[in-house]
Amino acid sequence: MYNFNYHRPTSIDEAVKQYDEAEDGQYLAGGHTLIPTMKQRLSAPTDLIDLSGIKAMQGITRSDDGAEKMLQIGALARHEEVASSPIVKSMVPVLSALAGGIGDAQVRNRGTLGGSVANCDPAADYPAAVLGLNAQLVTNRRSLDAEQFFMGMFETALDEGELLTSVHFPRPEAAAYVKFPNPASRYALVGLLVAKTNDGVRVAVTGAAPAVFRAAAMEAALTDDFSVSALDSILLPAGDMNSDMHASAEYRAHLCTVMAQRAVAAIVAQDQARARQVTSEVTSESTS
Amino acid sequence: MVEQTIGKSVQRKEDLRFITGKGRYTDDINLPGQAYAVFVRSAVAHAKIKSIDSSEAESFPGVRAVLTGGQVADDGLGSLPCGWMLHSKDGSEMKQPPHPVMAADKVRYVGEPLAMVIAETRKIAKDAAELVAVDYEELPATAMVNQAQEGAQIHAEAPHNICYEWELGDQEATEAAIASAAHVTRYSLVNNRLIPNAMEPRAALADYNPGSDELTLYTTSQNPHLARLILTAFVQLAPEHKLRIIAPDVGGGFGSKIFVYSEETALAWAAKKLGMAIKWTAERSESFLADAHGRDHVTEAELALDGTGHFLALRVKTTANMGAYLSTFASAVPTYLYGTLLAGQYKTPNIYVEVDAVFTNTAPVDAYRGAGRPEATYVLERIVNLAAVELNIDPVELRRRNLIQPGDFPYQTPVALEYDTGDYEASLNKALERAGYADFSSRQEEARSRGKLRGIGVSCYIEACGLAPSRMAGSLGAGVGLWESGEVRVNPTGSVTVLTGTHSHGQGHETTFAQLVASKFGISVDDVEVVHGDTGKLDFGLGTYGSRSLAVGGSALSKAADKVIEKGYKIAAHLLETERDKIDFDDGEFRVRDSNQSKTFQEIAFAAYVPHDYPSEELEPGLSEKAFYDPVNFTYPAGTHICEVEIDPETGKVEVVRFTVVDDFGTIINPMIVEGQVHGGVAQGLGQALLENCVYDEAGQLQTGSYMDYAMPRADDLPAFSVDTTVTPCTHNPVGAKGCGEAGTIGSPPAVINAITQALGIRDISMPATPEKVWRALGAGRAHV
Repeated sequence: MYNFNYHRPTSIDEAVKQYDEAEDGQYLAGGHTLIPTMKQRLSAPTDLIDLSGIKAMQGITRSDDGAEKMLQIGALARHEEVASSPIVKSMVPVLSALAGGIGDAQVRNRGTLGGSVANCDPAADYPAAVLGLNAQLVTNRRSLDAEQFFMGMFETALDEGELLTSVHFPRPEAAAYVKFPNPASRYALVGLLVAKTNDGVRVAVTGAAPAVFRAAAMEAALTDDFSVSALDSILLPAGDMNSDMHASAEYRAHLCTVMAQRAVAAIVAQDQARARQVTSEVTSESTS
Repeated sequence: MVEQTIGKSVQRKEDLRFITGKGRYTDDINLPGQAYAVFVRSAVAHAKIKSIDSSEAESFPGVRAVLTGGQVADDGLGSLPCGWMLHSKDGSEMKQPPHPVMAADKVRYVGEPLAMVIAETRKIAKDAAELVAVDYEELPATAMVNQAQEGAQIHAEAPHNICYEWELGDQEATEAAIASAAHVTRYSLVNNRLIPNAMEPRAALADYNPGSDELTLYTTSQNPHLARLILTAFVQLAPEHKLRIIAPDVGGGFGSKIFVYSEETALAWAAKKLGMAIKWTAERSESFLADAHGRDHVTEAELALDGTGHFLALRVKTTANMGAYLSTFASAVPTYLYGTLLAGQYKTPNIYVEVDAVFTNTAPVDAYRGAGRPEATYVLERIVNLAAVELNIDPVELRRRNLIQPGDFPYQTPVALEYDTGDYEASLNKALERAGYADFSSRQEEARSRGKLRGIGVSCYIEACGLAPSRMAGSLGAGVGLWESGEVRVNPTGSVTVLTGTHSHGQGHETTFAQLVASKFGISVDDVEVVHGDTGKLDFGLGTYGSRSLAVGGSALSKAADKVIEKGYKIAAHLLETERDKIDFDDGEFRVRDSNQSKTFQEIAFAAYVPHDYPSEELEPGLSEKAFYDPVNFTYPAGTHICEVEIDPETGKVEVVRFTVVDDFGTIINPMIVEGQVHGGVAQGLGQALLENCVYDEAGQLQTGSYMDYAMPRADDLPAFSVDTTVTPCTHNPVGAKGCGEAGTIGSPPAVINAITQALGIRDISMPATPEKVWRALGAGRAHV
């Protein structure tokens, strides 16, 4: 690791100012990508602006956004906070299950929602939730739709110095996330989030391609018939998929269908359970 | 009376310090004023070094020196030697090109050290290392083992990159038997290359005292004496009596810390040259690049059977990758530890094996847990299984028909070894029972009802351990003997300090050897301290590898303890005013037969050191004895592994749902430690079968250089193991032990692949059997394409 200047601002304005003044600044959230990259000397920012002292970027709340109730998560929420939050469990249980499946306990106790989303790793889990649940991404300058946010591999709509401050998730009717982990890294080889939302059925795919994307063909099929068998004949084009020593594009395309079917099966099972127990909410989900 | 602990699961004495962070590893040791070294490593697989410009690095603030391979050569340091001289079929010696401590003229693999930067801090050294400019003239790389003989020549001494072409067995008889056999099973396989990944990376701290000319090297070694011998006799680093090597607590080795490497050698040389203490600790990335790797065979095999399913002949042709240079034991691994094991547990009358060892532009390949024996077991246990499928005979029944029976021992194999004892069918039967083999089909059906494919696979392994009879080793080209030393020092109060030439780096010697010696003397395990790993403390030793520590090192200690007891008899006879032959020693007491007179072990020890009333004319004072033990044969642990898998046909993911092991390790001192060794070994074997794979690209760049890409087995990849033993004590060593450290990695990979192929109803799948390979085997994209 090379030398750098360390800053720990307590407000968003202060953080942005420090960033603007730095020669080559970097915001530091959980640091689970940035710090290893720096240790390998592949990244050498002149200034690290540690966001952990900014209260305004923390916390998990339920907000009444007009008619719709939104789950509002500060960008600095650690994976473990999201996984164990009663508010998340009651409003968007798929998110607590997803967060609880990221990395290992050490990673979950450091890594943050905002860090993961802003980094936009092609194999990260959170982007699937952000896109699949149609979340709003709030920065210090504006609010963005998920669709606008993810641009490509490690590439987002965030401008130079722009800071992702919170992510707002609408409550889905039902959702499930299923991933097939890379045997070495345990990142998602592919991860599928299927959601029934008031915007219709959404299917977001992570791990398979350079960036998270929506599987329109699956969404259409599931809109017609929300069942496992509706996806039987749907194979996403392998030409758009990543291919590496861990999995070919063809295999990834195949896994997308299998994982999507498993997510649908989990949602169907949730629906059936809900139908049986109309009075009590189901708070845990299968992500196996 | 003190409790007898042989055969009891005594808690490990060393664990308190390990689990409370009180272990003392090489990197924990710091000396005043020490500097830090960082190595500049080759970025390319094969190139001439046109120039190295280190001027900028040298003038970097805080840098003490930059040393290059050229300076090593100028100082006349010898090449790092390979300890086993092999001969080719035509009688010629193997090609042993120079293995420089640091590359001077040419680099031959990515990660090869070519310069070292020594600075006040690690960070300064790292910063300065980036300033060392190396100008390469790149050459075509030969990275793939199966292309080595046609690829660019790596060493001037080795045309076609051939190190040796070795053979063993009767070619003519084998070929004749195959030609006339009722059935021949043919099999081509790759034994995948692995990276060892000990938890503690390699590290070293070298210190030189110009006043006394003493050079001390603290290092992560499995065999500090052997390292000293090599560094003095071959590398000519320092006179043997002026070089002390200390291997303190070492966090795992798996073979990778047997070898004498460039970095540790360069560090000791630099410390002496510069007159200062210097430390180096490998980063994990360096471990991936520059620790000796394991396995990496390409093999073709033929098994001939008669009409009743009896084996007639086995022919094996293997190409083994040596990497860019011959590492310390490399030449012996695919030959003496491989070809000789191809009889397995079976009475195959004719065996012929050829091994071509080749150089490639990859990191050196050497012994990795099991070393040759997993590769042999894989060939044999896979081809036997294939033969069973082809002949429609139950795989267990086919094995049973061919097993060497208890009445056949000693059994001379056609590939040089003489097995002393065993009862293979007993292990097989016990394993089948524990694994519920007979009820497998009901579990398979139940799995099918859940949409899962279940398979069961058996593997019957044998290994040759307890390396090794020195005379035999010498006749096979070993550079050293392979006996072991032990010293038993009884202290005046009757507690005991035991010194062993073996080295514990996770195996629990401090407990097992304490149990062994305590039981000899009838004293408490807590009264025995085991010392190892320091050439300044004990005479000589050959270290720990090849599952040899208890069988060879324990036997030396047993002999030394017997000498102590013999002297104790004489002292007791004097004190009790009787004759030696009228005394019995039992439960820690020397008793006059048919009397109530006795002396405790502690009283005898005290008398030996305070010899006021003592047979001084006849005996020297003191009670400390040494012994050297040179085995007369290898030991032959053997057993059966049974693996049961469940496969998700939609994803191809294999889950090992049951794993049963029944081993015959001879006499067992501590069953808990033995079981732990088996668990660890099986975990590594399952790693090879399902997860681990070292990949180089065609340019010789390592593609699996971190845990992001190299899949290590983790706890949730493994089932709860079912482990048991049968016992036929080794007939030729005083402990009766055969060794248990490597068996798990040896028996398990073919059991896994036999289970997977059975579940899928396919002939073969290569290791590691990744989900994608399994999915493709099921008929790629059947549902969609």
